[in-house]
Amino acid sequence: MTFLGLPLLSLIVFLPLVGVVLLFLVDRRSAELAKWIALGTSGVTFLVSLALLWGFDPQAAGFQFVEQVAWIPAWGAEYHLGLDGITLFLVLLTTLLTWVAVLGTWHAVDRHVREFMITLLLLEVGMSGVFVALDVFLFYVFWEVMLFPMYFLIGVWGSERRLYAAIKFVVYTMTASVLMLVAILAVYYANYRATGRLTFDLLEWYKLGIGLPAQYWLFAAFALAFAVKVPMFPFHTWLPDAHVEAPTAGSVILAGVLLKMGTYGFIRFAMPLFPLAVQAALPYLIALSIVGIVYGALVCMVQPDMKKLVAYSSVSHLGFCMLGLFALNTQGVQGAVIQMLNHGISTGGLFLMVGMVYERRHTKAIAEFGGLVETMPKYAAVFLIVVLSSIGLPSLNGFVGEYLVLLGAFQVNPWYAIVPASAVILAAIYLLWMVQRVFFGPMTNPKNRGLSDLSLRELAVMAPLLLFIVWVGVYPKPFLSRSETSVNAFIRQVRGGMHVQADPAPKPLAARAAPEPVRVPLTAERQ
Amino acid sequence: MKPALSAADFLVFLPQTVLIVMGMVVVLFDLYGRGRGTRNLALLSLLSLAVAAYAQVAVAGDGLRGFGDTVTSDLYATAFNLVFIVVTALTVLLSFRYLDYQGLERGEYYALLLFACAGMMIMAAALDLLMIFIGLEILSISSYILCGIVQRDLRSNESALKYFLLGAFATGFLLYGIAMLYGATGSLLLRDIRTALTKEAVYTNPYIWMGLGLLLVGFGFKIALVPFHMWTPDVYEGAPTPITAFLSTGPKAAGFAALARILVEGLSAAQAEWSQVLWLLAVLTMTVGNVIAIQQDNLKRMLAYSSIAHAGYILAALVVGGRDGLGAVLFYSLAYALMNSGAFAILILASARGRERVVFSDYAGFGYVEPVIALAMFVFMLSLAGIPLTAGFTGKFQIFKAAIDQGYIWLAVIGVLNSVVSLYYYLRIVVVMYMQPATPGSLTQPAPPSIPLYAAIGVSALGVLALGIFPSWTLELALRSVSLLAAR
Repeated sequence: MTFLGLPLLSLIVFLPLVGVVLLFLVDRRSAELAKWIALGTSGVTFLVSLALLWGFDPQAAGFQFVEQVAWIPAWGAEYHLGLDGITLFLVLLTTLLTWVAVLGTWHAVDRHVREFMITLLLLEVGMSGVFVALDVFLFYVFWEVMLFPMYFLIGVWGSERRLYAAIKFVVYTMTASVLMLVAILAVYYANYRATGRLTFDLLEWYKLGIGLPAQYWLFAAFALAFAVKVPMFPFHTWLPDAHVEAPTAGSVILAGVLLKMGTYGFIRFAMPLFPLAVQAALPYLIALSIVGIVYGALVCMVQPDMKKLVAYSSVSHLGFCMLGLFALNTQGVQGAVIQMLNHGISTGGLFLMVGMVYERRHTKAIAEFGGLVETMPKYAAVFLIVVLSSIGLPSLNGFVGEYLVLLGAFQVNPWYAIVPASAVILAAIYLLWMVQRVFFGPMTNPKNRGLSDLSLRELAVMAPLLLFIVWVGVYPKPFLSRSETSVNAFIRQVRGGMHVQADPAPKPLAARAAPEPVRVPLTAERQ
Repeated sequence: MKPALSAADFLVFLPQTVLIVMGMVVVLFDLYGRGRGTRNLALLSLLSLAVAAYAQVAVAGDGLRGFGDTVTSDLYATAFNLVFIVVTALTVLLSFRYLDYQGLERGEYYALLLFACAGMMIMAAALDLLMIFIGLEILSISSYILCGIVQRDLRSNESALKYFLLGAFATGFLLYGIAMLYGATGSLLLRDIRTALTKEAVYTNPYIWMGLGLLLVGFGFKIALVPFHMWTPDVYEGAPTPITAFLSTGPKAAGFAALARILVEGLSAAQAEWSQVLWLLAVLTMTVGNVIAIQQDNLKRMLAYSSIAHAGYILAALVVGGRDGLGAVLFYSLAYALMNSGAFAILILASARGRERVVFSDYAGFGYVEPVIALAMFVFMLSLAGIPLTAGFTGKFQIFKAAIDQGYIWLAVIGVLNSVVSLYYYLRIVVVMYMQPATPGSLTQPAPPSIPLYAAIGVSALGVLALGIFPSWTLELALRSVSLLAAR
């Protein structure tokens, strides 16, 4: 189905290319024009993507805005796009964060600005494509292609150890994803032997039931590729380097969007295709998620560099996402989905703020700061709001996600919620301690004296993020109601493929039994 | 009495004939045009290649045979021959500037290229062991001379001599192998060998074993499989750059074309045995080729070593066999020809008169001095590494797809991991081009334009992207061309 006769998803995915073409035609030296073109293109893309909200039907199961055209008939690969409640917000997050990143990097980049914007726009194409591709081959193409703009962003415009960080990022991610390629081909041929059709259509593959020992290996290959991306412990070691060395816009996009591709990959591919393997691996996956939560938080506490601290906090926060996913109940997965959105906004916001102070002082070391609230009160206020969002203060967005995840995890096993809850306290510790050292206390460093407060542009960059931080925190219904149908479909799909006897029933606290995950209305009023 | 040669024989052999005759014409024109430069001869060569391509397509047909059924112009031969023509045409385009800058006004260069192309085309079109040998020798001898054509350059001489000595040695192995097979089966025709080789014969007759082994060694040298690859880096580095581009793409493809026919058509009874040996060789070749290439800081040498690795991927496709596997051999040969020639074209474009830019550090900052060309280099490197949306990915995907279909899971896993390793060294030139400031030796202003080089780079880059984004038409053609052979 197309929207108003237009292939909306293709438009959203490929609109940034218009910007790329325009930028190629622009003279290399006119950096200002390049920035405006990029801003305009990403802005238009965001506005076009808002049309998705308008045309999206929250009650409909399955995929919407579907486009399906034959691409490589010799292989059965198609150009197949589609959107559901989960990817709706991921796509909107992508387009919004790209616009925010362009605006946020207005003065941060002064070399090869035109090339920077081209790279950023190409990255947007790749990211949007990953989220909406329903043909596994097409998904793989977008997945791999998206690596290289990021490689350039880190390698050309990054900090001192940028070359090391960039190549580490690419090789780490690619090693895992080529193993996924082998697994994709294995499933492709399994499907062929079962149905006689050569196709990469994911919806066809969902109907396939793969035999047991094979399922474990295939799930392992897919899970590895996505676990590297999330990143799940212990495959997270590329993250701190990549985040710290990347320019601000790179870090924002990396944390805000790229990491979500890992969790998305689990939701869309790894878990529905191999439910029996998921069932067998569930305790380990949950354990790894919890380890990630706690480990990420603990490492954050000892970081002297703000950016590295925020990077490790991503490991911790996405551990929450994964925990929610593996709980496989409505609250857990809804929590995970909303947390993906939240993490993009708050961690993206944190990176932007760190970038702003870096532009002024060219350092990210916490020890260099202190008492900034005196010279930059507005900045301090915004920073604190974003930090509180990251911690999960009630009435801000982080709370909604974390609470739902913990609720979902608790239903599976109370310990799965008790341990991560302690990490919430750790998050408060490391973030508030950083805030205290950077903003409050005496201003010990004279270089901090003359720093300018938030400019209008910087306020404009943070405004949409602040808006969502408060909106999702206070009134998450519009978001949760749109993803609910798809989330429940996902849970049904994965649980449906599992063995019934081994279905992990939530341990009852009282004497009443609750064998099926209870569909608690998440919104105050339901029609 | 057997009828004399008929028109059909010559028709089947028409494309090769065109090239051989035109090669001689080029020599004659060169004789009379001495001192007037080789530009016209180059253009004449391109014209001859175009005519040969047209002729090849015109005479294509699965049933056509000639010269006592020793040559054919079936779809398999046609497809490969068109690839060879593309390779040679790209080499000619690369040669315009190179010969000019090196001060090599030798018309026989182009004649030898045409002869070499004819030799490759005979190899692909041959259905008879001796005919394959003849094609191989025409190709090899032309190549030896071409390697050493820069007479005043010591490295060129070294390259030619090494290539000649090792090549002659390999030819010896090959001939012994052919002789053994002839002794065991009584015929040189592949189809007769096929019928003579029953399963018991394979296991009982030692001549077949020795013949197969010697044959594989001989071809192994020619295609530069590990452990017969040692000559490659020195020969490739010393040869004139367009010839390096030629050697790394054309003769390898020709070797595979001939080897595939011999093994699949003639020695199909021994398939279980030779596929196991070749599996091992493929894995070795991929891995060793990639591992040594990592250490290179010389672009020319790196591309030479990486050509060993790519031969490993193609060999893997041959091991897998079947329609998908053989189709992959053909497709990858074309894809590799495009991406490799493109990379070499850029190398020549970036070089100055009398000074070739071959070391990585010579390309520092190239990305900003020549943005379009550097972008093309980036595309070629991505393609060589096997990143999606490039011809290299399509080729590798086809190979790994075929492998998994036939159950060669480990081969696919080793193959993809090797791709990641190769990405590391292919990205190094990208790093230097975009992420390092200019050095004393690097290019500081745009290179002097050269229409033939631009044409070569443009055709290669567009071809790589087209085969990456919309590969279906070419893929289906490739699969169709190998169907007859694959069904044997």
